[in-house]
Amino acid sequence: MSSSSNPGALTADPHPRAFHLASEDDHHPENGTLLGFWIYLMSDCLIFAALFATYAVLGTSYAGGPSQAELFKLPTVALNTSMLLLSSITYGFAMLAMAKGNKGATLVWLGITGLFGAAFIGLELQEFAELIRDGAGPQRSAFLSSFFALVGTHGLHVSVGIIWLITLMVQVGRKGLIQTNRRRLMCLSLFWHFLDVIWIGVFSFVYLIGVLR
Amino acid sequence: MSISPDLAYAIFGRFNMDALPIHEPILVVTFIVVALAGVSILGALTYFRLWAYLWSEWFTSVDHKRIGVMYIFLGIVMLLRGFSDAILMRTQQAMAFGHNQGYLPAHHYDQVFSAHGVIMIFFVAMPLVTGMMNFVVPLQIGARDVAFPFLNNFSFWMTVGGAIVVMMSLFVGDFARTGWLAYPPLSDSAFSNDTGVDYYIWALQIAGVGTLLSGVNLIATIVKMRAPGMSLMKMPVFTWTALCTNVLIVAAFPVLTAVLAMLALDRYCGFHFFTGNLGGNPMMYINLIWIWGHPEVYILILPAFGIYSEIVSTFCSKRLFGYTSMVYATVVITILSYLVWLHHFFTMGSGASVNAFFGITTMVISIPTGAKMFNWLFTMYRGRIRFELPMMWTLAFMLTFAIGGMTGVMLAVPPADFVLHNSLFLVAHFHNVIIGGVLFGMFAGIDYWFPKAFGFKLDRFWGKVSFWCWVPGFYIAFMPLYLLGLMGVTRRLRHFDDPSLQIWFVIAAFGAALIACGIVAFIIQIVVSILNREALRDVDGDPWDGRTLEWSTSSPPPAYNFAFTPIVYDHDAYWDMKSHGYVRPSEGYRPIHMPKNTPAGIILAGLAVVCGVALVWYVWWLAVLSFVGLLGYAIFHTFNYHREFYIPEQEVAETEKARTLLLATRA
Amino acid sequence: MSGASHAGPHGAAPDGHDVYDNEEPHGSLQDYVIGFVLSVILTAIPFWLVMAHVFKSPTVTAFSVMALAGLQIVVHMIYFLHMTPKAEGGWNMLALIFTLVLVTIALSGSMWVMYHLNVNMMPTSMMTSGSMAPGAMNGMTSPAATMTQDNEIGGNTMGPGDMGGMKMAPPASARDPRTMP
Repeated sequence: MSSSSNPGALTADPHPRAFHLASEDDHHPENGTLLGFWIYLMSDCLIFAALFATYAVLGTSYAGGPSQAELFKLPTVALNTSMLLLSSITYGFAMLAMAKGNKGATLVWLGITGLFGAAFIGLELQEFAELIRDGAGPQRSAFLSSFFALVGTHGLHVSVGIIWLITLMVQVGRKGLIQTNRRRLMCLSLFWHFLDVIWIGVFSFVYLIGVLR
Repeated sequence: MSISPDLAYAIFGRFNMDALPIHEPILVVTFIVVALAGVSILGALTYFRLWAYLWSEWFTSVDHKRIGVMYIFLGIVMLLRGFSDAILMRTQQAMAFGHNQGYLPAHHYDQVFSAHGVIMIFFVAMPLVTGMMNFVVPLQIGARDVAFPFLNNFSFWMTVGGAIVVMMSLFVGDFARTGWLAYPPLSDSAFSNDTGVDYYIWALQIAGVGTLLSGVNLIATIVKMRAPGMSLMKMPVFTWTALCTNVLIVAAFPVLTAVLAMLALDRYCGFHFFTGNLGGNPMMYINLIWIWGHPEVYILILPAFGIYSEIVSTFCSKRLFGYTSMVYATVVITILSYLVWLHHFFTMGSGASVNAFFGITTMVISIPTGAKMFNWLFTMYRGRIRFELPMMWTLAFMLTFAIGGMTGVMLAVPPADFVLHNSLFLVAHFHNVIIGGVLFGMFAGIDYWFPKAFGFKLDRFWGKVSFWCWVPGFYIAFMPLYLLGLMGVTRRLRHFDDPSLQIWFVIAAFGAALIACGIVAFIIQIVVSILNREALRDVDGDPWDGRTLEWSTSSPPPAYNFAFTPIVYDHDAYWDMKSHGYVRPSEGYRPIHMPKNTPAGIILAGLAVVCGVALVWYVWWLAVLSFVGLLGYAIFHTFNYHREFYIPEQEVAETEKARTLLLATRA
Repeated sequence: MSGASHAGPHGAAPDGHDVYDNEEPHGSLQDYVIGFVLSVILTAIPFWLVMAHVFKSPTVTAFSVMALAGLQIVVHMIYFLHMTPKAEGGWNMLALIFTLVLVTIALSGSMWVMYHLNVNMMPTSMMTSGSMAPGAMNGMTSPAATMTQDNEIGGNTMGPGDMGGMKMAPPASARDPRTMP
């Protein structure tokens, strides 16, 4: 029971306030998708932080097994890194094409991005297979567990990104560069570049510094 | 006819008939009762032909109000399960002295205390808190829904999914016997290789996804969808605490996800993160899980603080004292909550310098909460206090939480903690703050916003009965535990040799019985209110002479919340509107853009549950199939571009005109 | 992947930009190329530093690698992710800074805490790269902690003081709740 629902009715307000928007054309809640996706990426960053922290703590627990210096092949890592970096710029070209409304060019650059991404994953899987074959699998020591978890999680994210990319290519192919698809491409762009940022941490801290230990 | 063991394993994983607890009378009786109740409810729903209604109006709804109510319903249902575990423990501890071993063998007792903790935190407190924020925040900021309505629906069903996985562990297989945080090496496969810890992991991973996405959703909502004129420093305090809570969720839950994933890798794939051999370090698990765990308790309490702020100002008819300092206190708590986690394991051996640092930060974090307490008190001072139920719960909170907080500061002193860690003193402390802080806040919030959600108030008499059972019941149940803890009694014990302790446990059991009466009274309150709803009707939508925007809508609000987006000029936006004699617009209605309902959330969560349960029982083919199904359906769902519709102008006009008429006849 | 779109009465303008595109950050070709070139340089240098053993001291090398990584991350943020203080009204930057603060706390905090724990709690033979036969460790009992291992199920009460400092459950009494942290 409201006791004072309309006190102002008794006195005439010389400057009545407008308490309601007359027309929604003047105000739209801004679309929250990009911000929301960015915040999700920040949470993903924290997953990687936990994995990095675990690697930092367990990274020298070799349990008598092989260490980073014995296992890591830096030329392969350099090749991998360049695949990912190239995929970043080709995605950038795709976004430029999208901004111009050029559906065909967008699809081409997306496809090339996907190929670079697939090359990255392929090389990584090969690296993992070799390690496992040589008795340096994740069950061998805590160091290897944390290595496989960190690098593997990153690879998993890239793989999901590739699936997403293929899906978007189909959707852009069918519906064109409509607003929804553009927003989705923007989100994937954030995702893709973010993964490259994480990879900078991986190749620096895991591979390069690892070899120095 | 028998099939070879290999084939049986390939099809059923490690499930076999031994997993069904037919030889355990307590579980058999529980199952019979649950089955009967379940069949009656399902039968009634079928008989009254309610399935279509439930499906289209509730389960597939993307309306934040519906989802909020469903979260709270889930929380209350799970409260009954979690509380049953509490009763089991209290009665066991009250009787098991000397030769009397009690009725609950260790194998079960360990599952009971583990399940109690997991359920109360993840499936009672979190859903209640999430439900409150979901229901209230869009209304308070003048928005029509959250930023991502479909994601909201999905988040809810993932939380339900986690609850289903936990409840399943009651009747099929065992639950974890490790305590609610499942420390390794005990939780590693070497020492817990039954289904227990796996149920734990997958229940929390599934529910965790839901919570995390909810966090993203509400942050985007609060940042992006506030009504024009509502700057950050004009938001209601509950919205501020909701914002900070969701920031904590987004920042903390990923760590839980990562840690549980690592534990799963240890258990399923033989990794060595936390094992006792090959370089593993169990202490790292404890470190990481508490980096999540401490922010988690602030996730629980901050919304409660927000609820109290709203209630105090409303029922004292006074603007909240020190709005700016309330906001700053909340933000400071948010940041500081990341700098205290080690106080949960002072005794693990990190040494004096580390312990001193975290001890100091822990003591510092109590200061902003103290500031809030004073602000509430100063708001009450010279206010015109109305002792409605929400205000009663708030007063009980202020006293109870102050005690609990002080015992927390005691525990923050590392040398004291070396004596008190893992004793019943600790147990009393955290129940003190969670019940006195979070749960009382949820009861207060339910009493406060129930009329808004359902259009009628809750019965005052039964509410008071519930209150007067809960509050003394809490003190009688937990104050003895402080004494026992100071006398040196360890937590999680199921039997004691020292008979002089028994009286305290009996008193505590009596307190638990009183709380049980409080819960029963609460259920009765709801039933009685429904039966008496016409007498309790909230006609104009503003039953408490409220101050914030949600009270400007009808009770319940229309699906679109606001026909016209409000413009905000000051704090307590609705109070401002009332003081300036606002007039409801009577024309100029436009069609309103709304998201469509969808079954995708419940389907995806269902697939996730199947996957989780398959992983628990090692049914690999089913796990792979359901996971592929999950991915496939999610991708399929993204091909649906037609997810919105318009509420026609005519319908909006009719709804609004009906309300204007109602208000006019009441005035 | 997509929020509620307001494409209803407005639709998209022919050039693909409509009212709501103002918020979407754009890069230019120049931005991407500069970012790419800088990234290549900032990747090549650390690889070279390590593979060619340029610095005698591994510590100096490590710090250089980390510094260059930090720099490259900034390059990515600016040129690829179009991070500016204006993006999304400053919220993107705020979220990023907050996340970085938490990442720093989680990483440095964990390393500091775990270092101290390892020094105090791990048996000395395991402190660096311990040679461990699988299964040799039967619970990390610190020699300092005296722990009465009473294996009776439901046995005597134990004061919490007895457990001070000893956080790890010896596996032999896995079923005994008293010995659990």
